[in-house]
Amino acid sequence: MDDLLADFLTETQEGLGALDAALVRLERAPDDIATLSEVFRIVHTIKGTCGFLGLTRMEGVAHAAENVLGRYRDGTLRVTQSGISVILGAIDCIRAIVAGLEGTGAEPAGNDSALIASLDAVASGEAVPVPAVSVAAKPVAEASPPVSAAPPVIVAPPPTPAASAAPSQPSAEPEAGGPNAPPQTIRVTVDVLEGLMMLVSELVLTRNQLLQLSRNGADSAFAVPLQRLSHITSDLQEGVMKTRMQPIGNAWAKLPRLVRDLGVELGKKIELDMRGAETELDRQVLELIKDPLTHMVRNSADHGIETPEQRIAAGKPEAGRIMLNASHEGGHIIIEIADDGRGLNAERIRQKVLAQGLATEAELAAMPEREIQRFIFRPGFSTAAAVTAVSGRGVGMDVVKTNMERIGGTIEVRSKDGRGTAFVVKIPLTLAIVSALIVEAGGERFAIPQIGVVELVRVGGEGAPQLERIKNSAVLRLRDRLLPLVNLSSLLHLESPAKEESAFVVVTQVGPHVFGIIVDRVFDTEEIVVKPVAPILRHVTMFSGNTILGDGSVIMILDPNGIARATGVGAESGEGEAERDGKRQAVAHRSDQRTALLLFRAGDSTPKAVPLGLIARLEDVERERIENAGGRPLVQYRGKLMPLVPLGGHWEQSMAPERQPVLVFSDGDRAMGLMVDEILDVVEEHMMIDGAGERPGFLGTTVIGGKVTEMLDTAWWLRQAGEDWFGQDAQQEAGNGCRILLVEDSAFFRNLVIPAIGAAGYSVTAVADAEEALRLREAGAVFDAIISDIAMPGMDGFALARALREGGAWRDLPLIALTGRADQADIERGRAVGFTDYVTKFDRAALLESLRQCLSAPVVG
Amino acid sequence: MQTQTTTGPAPGLLARGGLPADAAEDIYLTLTVADQLCGVPVLAIRDVLGVQVITRIPLAPAEVAGSLNLRGRIVTAIDLRCRLGLPPRPEGHRGAMSVVVERDGELYSLLADQVGEVLPLPRAERAPNPVTLDTVWRDVSTGVHRIGERLLIVIDVERILAIG
Repeated sequence: MDDLLADFLTETQEGLGALDAALVRLERAPDDIATLSEVFRIVHTIKGTCGFLGLTRMEGVAHAAENVLGRYRDGTLRVTQSGISVILGAIDCIRAIVAGLEGTGAEPAGNDSALIASLDAVASGEAVPVPAVSVAAKPVAEASPPVSAAPPVIVAPPPTPAASAAPSQPSAEPEAGGPNAPPQTIRVTVDVLEGLMMLVSELVLTRNQLLQLSRNGADSAFAVPLQRLSHITSDLQEGVMKTRMQPIGNAWAKLPRLVRDLGVELGKKIELDMRGAETELDRQVLELIKDPLTHMVRNSADHGIETPEQRIAAGKPEAGRIMLNASHEGGHIIIEIADDGRGLNAERIRQKVLAQGLATEAELAAMPEREIQRFIFRPGFSTAAAVTAVSGRGVGMDVVKTNMERIGGTIEVRSKDGRGTAFVVKIPLTLAIVSALIVEAGGERFAIPQIGVVELVRVGGEGAPQLERIKNSAVLRLRDRLLPLVNLSSLLHLESPAKEESAFVVVTQVGPHVFGIIVDRVFDTEEIVVKPVAPILRHVTMFSGNTILGDGSVIMILDPNGIARATGVGAESGEGEAERDGKRQAVAHRSDQRTALLLFRAGDSTPKAVPLGLIARLEDVERERIENAGGRPLVQYRGKLMPLVPLGGHWEQSMAPERQPVLVFSDGDRAMGLMVDEILDVVEEHMMIDGAGERPGFLGTTVIGGKVTEMLDTAWWLRQAGEDWFGQDAQQEAGNGCRILLVEDSAFFRNLVIPAIGAAGYSVTAVADAEEALRLREAGAVFDAIISDIAMPGMDGFALARALREGGAWRDLPLIALTGRADQADIERGRAVGFTDYVTKFDRAALLESLRQCLSAPVVG
Repeated sequence: MQTQTTTGPAPGLLARGGLPADAAEDIYLTLTVADQLCGVPVLAIRDVLGVQVITRIPLAPAEVAGSLNLRGRIVTAIDLRCRLGLPPRPEGHRGAMSVVVERDGELYSLLADQVGEVLPLPRAERAPNPVTLDTVWRDVSTGVHRIGERLLIVIDVERILAIG
């Protein structure tokens, strides 16, 4: 009987889990016959079995619930929210009884008459305006026979000769609510699994020793059985490892019900979208993240999602959406909990921070928005205006964060006012099985999680791609992109015996960043169990764990994220820590926006590019019109003399083509022309300029259309036209020598903006970050206006504006925001923090106009 | 298997070590690190292993010699010579013995040149560290015992593992 009861409990637990989800689904789609049948079948099974086991209390509840469901199924009653609520209540009651059964082996005492009465009321159609009310007692009477019909099930299988009776038995079972092929599961304590794991590891070692012995000795009688033993051992090892893994969906099973109940309670419409439920993780980790996840979903439903009225007023769909997304990423599991609700209210967080004395106003002003949002992880921090029954009691996110950190995870928050909030949880695969690539560098073997590996490239050797060098950094031209490379041996301070010339490049992706890791050799892929490194090694961020390979040797697992951070490849991904440490070694300046570039050829065969926005006009000048004045080519252009600069170096009239292509850069009524050989194309490209190996006149190289292309340094070429040519002019220009401070992290844009406004007669000082700008202020530097980029690592433009407006010598200076994107919300935000004007990058005319206006009108701080 | 039981030169002593410890005595396993006799409390020790294959760990603190596999568990090896500021093992040494200890659920192996015997030592005879003792040693030692002509330094496992 005990075994029978245990089986029943396991089965019922599963049934109940499925019921919650199915009922919520049913409520949303009342006409879904399949779901309805599933629900009915589960409840029917529970009722049937507990009648058989003599669990009368549970049977009564299940029976009453079944009546309601039966009428839903027959179509004599409409599915309503209140009806489902009552059924869910019955499920909860059954769950409580099951819990009692598990604990004591007997049904706990209790009175369910109220619940049964309300179920019966629903079944009889009370409070539901459906005319056709049949006699409520009838289904009750009808439902009894299956219960009494249950006993035959336990009758021992018919004697073997009675073959004809055998088929009738199974066919009767499903009708009687017998097993609907539930997944066969048993409960095993974790200790048993751990013990198995240990034994298997030992077995593997012994197997390896045996194999070693058999290889040395000539006795071949053992060879074949040993081989079999070896295979079986491997399979066993794999099997035991898998016993520890569970899909994350197990931790989510209760969420649909939770969200549904919250929605009803709070009067909100909420949809729950769960993706990646099959992502497997270690059951231990699963247990630990279950509660934090539930808490975050509850938070989203309570604080995040607005009421339907608010949502409609905000122009959003009436139903809010909570999305859960789990995926593997480079040796971690990423779980995102996102809602499309009202987002975090930065202003309220700020006030709360001030009120609780967690930071001063000045500190807050210097903080990027992300930092401010992170205050919600502080203990006792809740911005909920009212404490509801659901959340807002000031315990919460800090507990979530602590729990995540306890298992070595991290949590990030991204939020946009009015648009929603997303929490991104990153948990290491403490004990998860991953497929890993085994590589060798500097004589040591390492594992690289396969998830981060995009492809393997053999370099050097016949017909294989070659490593190229720009100054000291190695790059690989792979199809149409220039791939930054990291040498694993030197990164790990190992001596590399093999030459780089014949190596392998493991192309790795971390978030949006792709880079190559140079290794000496590549072995095989292997399924490994990730084990955390000892605490004294936690600071070595290059490793995400270690593992024992099939041959028994210990091997370190590389963390591509750590490598990216350490080398600066992924430095701008928003982590920021690397930058703040001053360890930034960014190999590339990147701009997320696409820029129209003019491609041309001049001098050598390497294509060259210049942002189209900088060029005033393209001209074809006849050779005869080009004059020579004091060794300098000139052309009469629009009634003035325009100096021409040969981009290819030396220029000789006799060698020139009949029609000379010229890029005209103009400024006011002045102009200068760059002579090129041929204009190739105009393309829209993401600019990723590699500044290494630059030569005068060029900012660096980028890959466009599969070709290495040199990016023109406009400022340098403008100077070639004769510094005094612009300088002399500047005196009469609007700039009039006004001093401008330019804060811009990208060298590329600095090089664009400086000549643009320098040419207009302003004296420009450029700094690479906001901190440097503030240092200049402390040092007493004097400027007439400040132009600042918005998106910068570390302190961003908004924070800089707040810091400047707060006080100090530059409090009243005009402050112009320079940005890649200028949507209305951004502009308003910029004005709110104190920017005087907002100008898009590349719009030189607008920038000059803005400067002129700012400097001529008195500014009110 | 690679696991070995300690092969002390005096089996009698081993037997004595197995007797219930007198409250006035502490039982130590003696090890030699660059000719210095050290003692580790027997109760802290999980295993004593012969020479093991140790995987180097790049970028780890110098004291960390690497990691090794003990029946499916990964053990971090601490080189006692380096930890105690002694010169590295000479070339041709037959390899270090591993004394495996546990701390916070993690296993560590203390690499010693030689593992000696199990000795019960009267607590009353333990002398405090001499004030002139090297600071590194003073930090990891809880006292000194006289064993015949030699001095035995009592090693505090917690402290020796406090690296970085």
